[in-house]
Amino acid sequence: MVWKISDETAFDTLGDEVRLTINGVTIRAPQNQSLLVTARQNGFEIPTLCYHRDLPSEGQCRMCVVEIGEYPRTQIVNSCTFPTQAGLVVQTHSEKVVQSRRIVLELLLARTPKAKAIQDLAAAHGVYESRFKTDDPEELCILCGLCVRTCREVVGVSAISMKGRTPDKQVATPFMEQSSACIGCGSCAFICPTNVIPYTEKDGVRTIWGRDFELQPCNVCGNYIAPKYQLEHWAKLTGDPVETFFVCRDCR
Amino acid sequence: MPRFESTDHLREYRRQLVAKRDPNQTQVMVCAGPGCLPMGSEEVAAAFREEFEKNGLGAKVLLKECGCHGLCAGAVRVLIRPQEITYQHVTPEDVPEIVEKTLKEGQVVDRLVYEDLHSHEKAVHKGEIPFFKGQMPIVLRKLDVIDPTSMDDYLAMGGYRGLRQALLEMKPDEIIDAVDKSGLRGRGGGGFPTGRKWRICQDELEEPKFIICNADEGDPGAFMDRAVMEGDPHAVLEGMIIGAFAIGASKGYIYVRHEYPLAVRRLQLAIDQAREAGFLGKNILRSGFNFDIQISRGAGAFVCGEETALIHSMEGNIGEPSPRPPYPAQAGLFGKPTVINNVETWANVPEIINMGADWYAGIGTENSKGTKVFSLVGAVNQTGLVEVPMGTTLRQIVYDLGGGIRQDREFKAVQTGGPSGGCIPAQFLDLPVDYDSLQSVGSIMGSGGMIVMDTTSCMVDVARYFINFLYEESCGKCTPCREGLKNLLFILDEIIHGRGTEEQLALMEELCDTMAAASICGLGKSAVNPIRSTIKYFREEYLAHIRDKKCHALVCRPLLKYTIDPETCTGCLACVRECPVGAISGKKKLPQELDQELCVKCGLCYEACQFDAVHIE
Repeated sequence: MVWKISDETAFDTLGDEVRLTINGVTIRAPQNQSLLVTARQNGFEIPTLCYHRDLPSEGQCRMCVVEIGEYPRTQIVNSCTFPTQAGLVVQTHSEKVVQSRRIVLELLLARTPKAKAIQDLAAAHGVYESRFKTDDPEELCILCGLCVRTCREVVGVSAISMKGRTPDKQVATPFMEQSSACIGCGSCAFICPTNVIPYTEKDGVRTIWGRDFELQPCNVCGNYIAPKYQLEHWAKLTGDPVETFFVCRDCR
Repeated sequence: MPRFESTDHLREYRRQLVAKRDPNQTQVMVCAGPGCLPMGSEEVAAAFREEFEKNGLGAKVLLKECGCHGLCAGAVRVLIRPQEITYQHVTPEDVPEIVEKTLKEGQVVDRLVYEDLHSHEKAVHKGEIPFFKGQMPIVLRKLDVIDPTSMDDYLAMGGYRGLRQALLEMKPDEIIDAVDKSGLRGRGGGGFPTGRKWRICQDELEEPKFIICNADEGDPGAFMDRAVMEGDPHAVLEGMIIGAFAIGASKGYIYVRHEYPLAVRRLQLAIDQAREAGFLGKNILRSGFNFDIQISRGAGAFVCGEETALIHSMEGNIGEPSPRPPYPAQAGLFGKPTVINNVETWANVPEIINMGADWYAGIGTENSKGTKVFSLVGAVNQTGLVEVPMGTTLRQIVYDLGGGIRQDREFKAVQTGGPSGGCIPAQFLDLPVDYDSLQSVGSIMGSGGMIVMDTTSCMVDVARYFINFLYEESCGKCTPCREGLKNLLFILDEIIHGRGTEEQLALMEELCDTMAAASICGLGKSAVNPIRSTIKYFREEYLAHIRDKKCHALVCRPLLKYTIDPETCTGCLACVRECPVGAISGKKKLPQELDQELCVKCGLCYEACQFDAVHIE
C-alpha cells in the first residue's frame, strides 16, 4: 500500500470508516486519513505551521503533535502524517503535547523574534518571550519547507530546495546561483507564513531569487499579469500558443 | 569459479577444496584490518613475501592479508597457524627474524609476544590472551582465517551452506520462523526483532520488494561493520540473499558510507564472485529465485544512517528522515516494501540457518539473544573489536578483555551506543550488557561503540563533544532537534567557559524532554542521552563548573589556571621559550612568573617543564 499524505490525493486510498477516540470522544473517520484532518473535521483544533491542504505533509514544524495510546505506553506523533486507524486513542492537548508545542514555539521565537506569525502563535500558547538564544534577530525563515514543497508539487519546477544541515540549513537555489528552473511565479513568497522571501517589482521587472523576470502586461487592460517566462512555461505545459496567456483573468 | 547448479555440485566442490588444503600447513596471517592497515600491514606483508622468496619458502608457507584480528592495540598483528602463535607490534624490520626463528626454527620471538601489563606473564598463543579468551566469535570468526578476496576461502569454511539450505530445503515462512525463534534483534542500534520486521514486509502485497543493508556506520569510534565488510564480505551477501528469498525481494542494495572505499571494493569483488558462482542473478541454485545486489554510496552524512533518510538518499533526494508510519517494511524505497537491516544483523543470518535457531537462542539473555560485536576504545589497555554473548558484564569487557584502565588510572564512565548513548558510571560495572539493561540505566546498545573513560575525562566536556557532533550532523528538518541541539551546545559552552547558571541546567533538562518526545527521528530523540546521563550521574561536575568555575578533571581550558611554583622552579627558561604569548618572565636560574592576564592556557609550559614546577588547577 502506498501512503498518500496530502488531503486531495488521500481520497484515492482512504479506507472504510473506523472508530477512534479523540479527547475522550468516540468518532468515526475514514481509515488512512491523517489524524490532523480527522480531528479538524470533527471540531478538534490542532495548531499547525508547516501544513497546507494542497501540499504533502512532511512533519517539519512539530506543532501538530498529538499523544496517542494509553498510559503508560503513549507516543507523541505528528498528526499531519499519522494515519487514522481503528481503536486509536488520541489526545490533542495533553500536558505533554502542550508542553512540546510551547517549547517548539519558544525555540522558534528565539530563532525568528520578529516573525509575526510566530509571535502570534506563541502568544496563543501563552509564550511571550524565549529563554533560548537568538543568533540573528532579523531572521524570518522558520524552515517550514512550505516554499520548497510548493515549488516542487504545485509549480512543479523544484527551483529551490533545502540546503545544508543544522548549522547552516537554509532554503536556496542550487549552488546559491540563479536557478534556470525558476519561472518567477512568486508562489514561494505567497505561501511563506513569515514573508521572508523577498521579491521586488520595478519598471516592469520582477526580481526574485537573484533573477530578473520581465513582466508581461495584459493585451487588453495593460496590467501586469505575471513574468513572461512563467507564461511561456505554462504554454509549454498545456501546448497552447503563448498568446493565450497574455490576457489576464479579469479580461477573459 | 564454477556456477553452482545443485547441492551435489556445491558439496563436491567444497569437499575437494578442503581435501586440497593441508590443515598443518604453516600460514602467516597478517592483519590488514582497520587498526593495522594504517600501521603498516601492507609493508609487513611485503616484507614477508620478500623473505619467503629469499628463503625459498613460497611454496610451503601460505601468506594471507586477512581481516581484523580484533586486538587493535597491538597493531600490526601477525598470527601464525597452525600453532596460533600471535605476535604484536610487528614492523617490516621484525620480519626476517620471525621467518628465521619462528618459521624455520620453530622458536618464539620473545619481544613480539603479548605481555600482561600487571603480571608480566607472556602469552604466546591466541587462546591464552585474555582479550581473545573471553570472546565468542560468530560474526568475527572468519576474520583472521580467510583471505577476504578469496571466495574459495569462504566456501572452505562452510560459506553459502546456509544459502543452499534456505533456498533448496526451506520455505520462506520457515526461514522467517527460524530468524524469529533465534531472537535476533537489529544490530544497528534499533534492536527491533528481525524476524518480525521480515514478516511485516513479507505480508505486504506490493511489488517489487527491496532489501537494504545499512552500512552507513556513522558513530565515531565504531568500526565493527567496516571490519566485517572488509574482512568477510560474503557473509553479508549470504545473509542478504537468504533474507531476500524469505521476504520475496528481487533486488538488494548495500548503502556504504562514503568514507569506506576499501569496504566498497571488497563488497563489489564479492558480488562479482557471487554472481559468477550463481549465488546472485537469475535462478539461483536452480531454485527459481532471482536476486541481485547493488552498492549505493553515501555522501558523508551521519543522519543517512537513519533508515528513512538513507532511503531518501538512495532515491536521489535530500537525506532527511520522514515521520513513520509508514515504516519502510510497508512502504520504503520508491514507496515499495523494504527491509533494511544493519551489516552485523545480515552477517548473523547464515549461521542462524546453519546452526539452527535454538543454538542462537541458547546464547545471550532472555530478551537479547546471540552475540554482539563491540568496538572497545578509549582509556583501556587493550583496545579493539570484541564479540561477546549478550549478558557479558561491563566489568568483564573492560577489565577481563580490555585489560583494565591504562596507566592504572581509575575508571570513570563508559559511553555505549555512540553519540546517542549515555555515560554509565562505575556503580553499574556489573551490569550484564543487553538491549534492555543498557536502556534501564539511561544508555543504549546502539551499534556497539564502547568508549571507556578515566578520571582525566571531564563529563561536561564529553557531553559537549557528543552534542557538537550531533549538532553538525543533524539534518535540520525539525525544530526540536535543530534548534534544540543549537541551544544545548550553547549552554554547554557557557558552562565550560564559567558563565553557566543552574537555571540553564534545568532548561537543558526541560528542552531534552521535548526533544525526546517530539523529534522526527532517533538523532533528535536520543541526543538527550548524553545530557541526561551525565547530569544524572555526574551532576557534581556540572555544579563545580557552574558554582566554583572549576574543572576538576583539568580539561576545560577556560577554567584552568596555570601557575609556577617558586619552590620547584629552577629558572631553566624551558617554559619561557615555549610560551606563544610571552606570559612567562623572570631572570635565568631564578623562579619565573606567569602573567595570568596574558596566559592563553595552551599548556605548552606544563609540557615543557622537566621539574614539575608548572601546576594546573
